Amino acid sequence: MTHDHKTFDVVGKSLRKVDGVALVTGKPEFVADLQLPNTLHVKILGSKLAHAKIAKLDVSDAEAMPGVACVLTYKNTPPTRHTTAGQGYPEPSPYDTRMFEQKVRFIGDRVAAVAAETEAIAEAAIKAIHVEYEELPAVLSMDEARVEGAPVIHDEADSTGIYDAAHNIVADVDIDVGDVEKGFTESDLIVEQTCETQYAQHTPIETHVVLSYLDNADRLVLRTSTQVPFHVRRIVAQTLGIPMRDIRVIKPRIGGGFGTKQEVLLEDVAGWVTLQTGRPAFLSLTRQEEFAASRTRHPMRIRVKLGAKTDGRLHAIEMEATSNTGAYGSHGLTVLANTGSKTLPLYNKAPNAHFYGQAVYTNLAVGGAYRGYGATQGYFPLETAMDELAERLKMDPIELRRLNHIRVGETSPIFEKLGEGREGVSQTVKSCEMDRCLELGAERIAWAKKRGRRERDGSWVHGLGMAIMMQGSGIPEIDMAAATIKMNEDGSFNLLMGATDLGTGSDTILAQIAAEVLGVPLEKMLVTSSDTDFTPFDVGAYASSTTYVSGMAVQRAAEKVREQILDVAAPLLGDAAEGLELKHEAVRAANGSSVSLARVCQRAMYESDQFQIAATASCVPTESPPPFLANFAEVAVDTETGLVRVLHYVAAVDCGVAINPQLAEGQMEGAIVNGIGYALTEEMVLSSNGRVRNPTLFDYKIPGILDLPKLEILLVESYEPTGPMGAKSVGEIGINGPIPTIANAIYDAVGVRLTETPFTPERVLTALRSKERAG
Amino acid sequence: MRINLNINGTQQAFEITPEEKLLDVLRREGYMGVKKGCGSGDCGACAVLFNGHAVNSCLVFAAKADGAEILTVEGLAKGRALHPIQEAFLSVGAVQCGYCTPGMVISTYDLLSRTPDPSEQEIREALSGNLCRCTGYVKQIEAVKKAAALLREDSHDA
Repeated sequence: MTHDHKTFDVVGKSLRKVDGVALVTGKPEFVADLQLPNTLHVKILGSKLAHAKIAKLDVSDAEAMPGVACVLTYKNTPPTRHTTAGQGYPEPSPYDTRMFEQKVRFIGDRVAAVAAETEAIAEAAIKAIHVEYEELPAVLSMDEARVEGAPVIHDEADSTGIYDAAHNIVADVDIDVGDVEKGFTESDLIVEQTCETQYAQHTPIETHVVLSYLDNADRLVLRTSTQVPFHVRRIVAQTLGIPMRDIRVIKPRIGGGFGTKQEVLLEDVAGWVTLQTGRPAFLSLTRQEEFAASRTRHPMRIRVKLGAKTDGRLHAIEMEATSNTGAYGSHGLTVLANTGSKTLPLYNKAPNAHFYGQAVYTNLAVGGAYRGYGATQGYFPLETAMDELAERLKMDPIELRRLNHIRVGETSPIFEKLGEGREGVSQTVKSCEMDRCLELGAERIAWAKKRGRRERDGSWVHGLGMAIMMQGSGIPEIDMAAATIKMNEDGSFNLLMGATDLGTGSDTILAQIAAEVLGVPLEKMLVTSSDTDFTPFDVGAYASSTTYVSGMAVQRAAEKVREQILDVAAPLLGDAAEGLELKHEAVRAANGSSVSLARVCQRAMYESDQFQIAATASCVPTESPPPFLANFAEVAVDTETGLVRVLHYVAAVDCGVAINPQLAEGQMEGAIVNGIGYALTEEMVLSSNGRVRNPTLFDYKIPGILDLPKLEILLVESYEPTGPMGAKSVGEIGINGPIPTIANAIYDAVGVRLTETPFTPERVLTALRSKERAG
Repeated sequence: MRINLNINGTQQAFEITPEEKLLDVLRREGYMGVKKGCGSGDCGACAVLFNGHAVNSCLVFAAKADGAEILTVEGLAKGRALHPIQEAFLSVGAVQCGYCTPGMVISTYDLLSRTPDPSEQEIREALSGNLCRCTGYVKQIEAVKKAAALLREDSHDA
């Protein structure tokens, strides 16, 4: 059944988060807030070298220390190869990781772990472990990885799923549409752009953290800060070699994720300690450990070549990407594939396209899922090349986008050719308000009035830039979400779902969808989510899937429950039982008579033909409707220092129907500001031997409140017919915007094209100086 | 060693060790609203009001806090009635994951106790030590403005 979105009662309203009061009053809802008696504290010893064999590992002093319960190393833990990437099974990431291994592959890689009575004892015991390394030559940049004779990072025989281990190549993607070479020959104008992105980190304010313990049936309970509780259960069972039925994963409130918690990073270690000792185990990364040894955004070098006709129509697009996945191949293939699959369909008018890319191993920090997932990297060269093309064509960049972007009723062969590291799924765009996004965004930033003016204010020069993009909504024909709704005799409902709220507000918006279908206010939906014992399966929160995929599962479950309610209500309404609908907590008949939901459930529970009104439904999406975004920024560039300030940022987004506009805006605001940090200041600086040199929030500069520009989010709603209540997604897309938008604005201001992120004063100044020299 | 603290209006005594930080003592004693994000004073998640001023409790030795009056986020609501600052944060959507929220709320409390009608710049400066990765700060500025208005109304009514 479709809904006319103008008649929504609960959806489309900025209702308060269902967990809001607990959060704002500081209730102990997070992993570290639950303290159990007799808990062991776990610390991990990280490798000091980027690439080495452990020649000698002596833990006897550590083990002998009073208060040390156990020391884990490669000698006493399961050697199962697995991936830490929390993806659907079978995972598209290689099985190249062991809990502990005799070989270490980056600085911070696991050498051992200690569980002790206190954190202080665990730390002291870590220092008492004696390691002798046999150092191996290391691959310390993307460029060295594929050089003939380069050290082989994964030379072990038992790793699987690596494209070409002997040449440090994790993954290789190569797809063609039409004939791109012929396309370039037939083009009137060619633009080429190569860009490079940096190591960046998610930095949720809560680092990775897990508490494990045994329940009253001796099953392992993992209370963990994760985006993927069901994948954690499966991967931990596989890694530890225990039956999955013996594991329960609970995700309580968690302090942000942004992709880094789509990774099974600590649960195996804490779980093993608990299994060995029978005691609760607590493991939390310090901020320094988080920087050194958790996950990052894959740094990439990407070349984009555009061929266009004189009228501005794109005729050929080529994108070639090299991605640095670090020491392990987590998300290596799929982030690479998404670099093409989430960008190239945007310009579907080009009949010729080619995407080619490889992800390579290095002895550096490990890549992983990060909001935007490759698209963020891909839009940098694509949208700056489009800006260049517009200039060469003497065309307004907005007009160039209008001429070329995908529209309703259209498709792109890329959808079918390139998916989640394998073939994709063909689809036709059914909702797209890109033109309206362009129009409203341009108006709000005063594009026509301000662009190209290069207004000066002392040494500062102002400029305007824009960029557009799309993302997806879940992974079609792979993702699955399920939800269960059961009714209580006071007319309330329990909504049980695997979906994973990272702070995004998904518990709230999913409850809004159910409440809408069932005709009740939000407070009648009692939400329980992300507990593998009590909620049905859901792949978890990634790939912009929760609203679209989990939302549809919730809507279907609610619709099934509604049918049951109507069946029970019919005899209560007697002859009037026609044209029944659920509204305002009652079943209402066409003639105006009604029966309350509480009364309906009382009948089902206590009176006649008794049964539990309840239903479970699932969703496996058959497509992945893209949300669309038009970004506009006004920047000021200081020509004396190279400093770039974003003064005004406008993001006009089509996310379908915004189930909760305030939360949708919040997703956009957070993503844009994170993206501004990625564009201007955030960079993990590596020493010449591969150590992260700035592993603190003081030295790794994420935006603070003083850095916030005037930021405006315009929700330009469409109605996505395949989505729940007309919704698509909004979680990731915003983070793709700032890099190309700011780069294009810098060009408008001072005429230099920056091709390397972040756009630090040094890089800007260097570009300005070399432009001056070139005259 | 033993220290005395007045936490959220209640006088209490705690056994501590000399190297312990106030953050760790507060959390050990059950004030879990005080969050740890970095342990080095960079993120503000552990902010508490210390003798009337917001401080990062991860930077304060517990021993130095002997005799201090501490307010944590747990001390703001009266029963089920939220403090106007909490009310404001919730109603404008300034809470996403909520991990930085207690610190933000405390910094706001500090600001508004001295500056009941702050300018946007004053709000930004007051919250400049509180990092948030989810929200992008837009709604937190809005929340502080709203909280200020609610508190001014309250004092007007009183």
